[in-house]
Amino acid sequence: MALAQIIRRLDLERNEKAATTAHLRLPASWPVVFLLLAFCVFLGIGSLRSGQFAQQTVSGLATGSTFGLLALALVLIYRATEVVNLAQGQMAMFSAYIAWQLIHWGLPWWPAAILTLLISFVGGVGIERLIIRPVEGHSLVTVVIVTIGLFLVLDGAATWIWSGIVRYVPSGFSTRPVRFGGVALSIQDLCTLGVSIGVVLVLWLFFQYTKVGLAMRAAALRPAAARLVGVRVGWMLALGWGLAAVLGAIAGLMIVPVAGLQPSTFQPLLMYAFAAAVLGGLESPAGAVVGGLALGAMLNLIGTYWSFVGSILRLPVALAVLLAVLLIRPAGLFGRGTVRKV
Amino acid sequence: MTPLLELVNVEARYGPVKALHGVSLTVDEGQIVTVLGANGAGKTTTLRAISHTVSRSGEIRFDGRSLGRRLPESVAKVGIAHVPDGRGTFAELTVLENLRLGAYTRRGPLKDDLDRVHSYFPWIEERRDQQAGLLSGGEQQMLALARAFMQRPRLLLLDEPSLGLAPIVVSHVFQIVAELNEHEGMTVLVVEQNANIALQVADQAYVLEVGRVALSGASADLRENESVRKSYLGY
Repeated sequence: MALAQIIRRLDLERNEKAATTAHLRLPASWPVVFLLLAFCVFLGIGSLRSGQFAQQTVSGLATGSTFGLLALALVLIYRATEVVNLAQGQMAMFSAYIAWQLIHWGLPWWPAAILTLLISFVGGVGIERLIIRPVEGHSLVTVVIVTIGLFLVLDGAATWIWSGIVRYVPSGFSTRPVRFGGVALSIQDLCTLGVSIGVVLVLWLFFQYTKVGLAMRAAALRPAAARLVGVRVGWMLALGWGLAAVLGAIAGLMIVPVAGLQPSTFQPLLMYAFAAAVLGGLESPAGAVVGGLALGAMLNLIGTYWSFVGSILRLPVALAVLLAVLLIRPAGLFGRGTVRKV
Repeated sequence: MTPLLELVNVEARYGPVKALHGVSLTVDEGQIVTVLGANGAGKTTTLRAISHTVSRSGEIRFDGRSLGRRLPESVAKVGIAHVPDGRGTFAELTVLENLRLGAYTRRGPLKDDLDRVHSYFPWIEERRDQQAGLLSGGEQQMLALARAFMQRPRLLLLDEPSLGLAPIVVSHVFQIVAELNEHEGMTVLVVEQNANIALQVADQAYVLEVGRVALSGASADLRENESVRKSYLGY
């Protein structure tokens, strides 16, 4: 038994080393951290020197945080099923229409918003159960094509029910500006940013500390083993769709007062969300949020200071970012890259 | 007394390939029962048939009641913990999260059970926040036992706990299995290639050959059996 103890001791030492390195490990590599820090310093110094720069940065970050929420919704579903949900934008659009309808019927903003989130959650779960479930286990292409079908159905249904004209949805927050020194920032932007960060924080706590959150992670990582400990994997996936739908609805409620509501409103937004998710690494929730913020700030500043980009060429710039990331660092800023043992 | 687990004429198949051709066995409460056999004899499949992770037919009764068409996730709920081949470790999650998942089917605080786990596996406490995939093979096997313990099962299904481990670690693992059986009253059905050690801790043993029970009896008797000695014990 003495030998056993020695072996266990050796094992322990080896693992202590592993533990210390694990402790130092960041969610991203050093160059990426350096790059992000540099970007933050750039934004900080710029904002201190110029009021307009500060304004544009904050409003860019606010828009970016909504990209981040949509990107997070994509990442949630992607991590669980490796499916990129092409209908995510249209799901958010549909949620926004529901909110518009409720407000139109006379509900005050906050009850309408909360009801919208509930309906969206149920809708997301329902979509997984009724539409995605039957093609579970089929090839990825099949599932992705089903999401394209879902995209078309939601798009058509929204046009049919609410017609294509632009609807106006009020904002839940005051659009008044507040002044910090000489800089006027819009309360709406600050609140959007705050809500997004709050939502991400709550989601993180949910996945980290609740039983259901843990079960959802387990179901996504190792479905077979999760089943054996009693996790109902199918329902966890449905729950993931429900949460993704809620994230989309929150993003929608914050975007629509600025962008106006039309069935097509969310098509470019989905592109931005994709760019953000890929920028962060499709596997990484933190990456999706950081990717969204970075993309939002960058696009807004480029649009402001490069007059030929303006507001029209922003989407191509976002797509260029997407392309560049895929070429230079396919795993994204926070991605680990895939290593497959053979 | 009705046995805790009873398999009557169980067949199982992977697509068109039949892996079990009518296996019958019983496990009494409080016992350690081992299923021996060569590669491909159907040992792993027998456990999978019980937890319904393979398509099966025939009758499986747990505590007198048929498991029927229960899904794997509800098999865990009736009190059967299955540590599958490959140990079922959630490698990306921390040690503590693995333990929390073990207790998924239960309610209430986990403190007492975690303390019990730490008394069996003292190293777990200080390494609870470490990623489970970074543990050594032996430690992952111990973690799998600890995870199963957290489920507080009446029956533990263990799939080749000795696989890939150094002999000295194997005996440590089996020592803990014996302790869990003795002190926690956990009934164990363990599948093994390492007949030598399995027969040392088990009360009853079954030998499978190409999907059928070829031999069965008390472990002590099987150890004396000429053909078992030649084929599985190697002397």
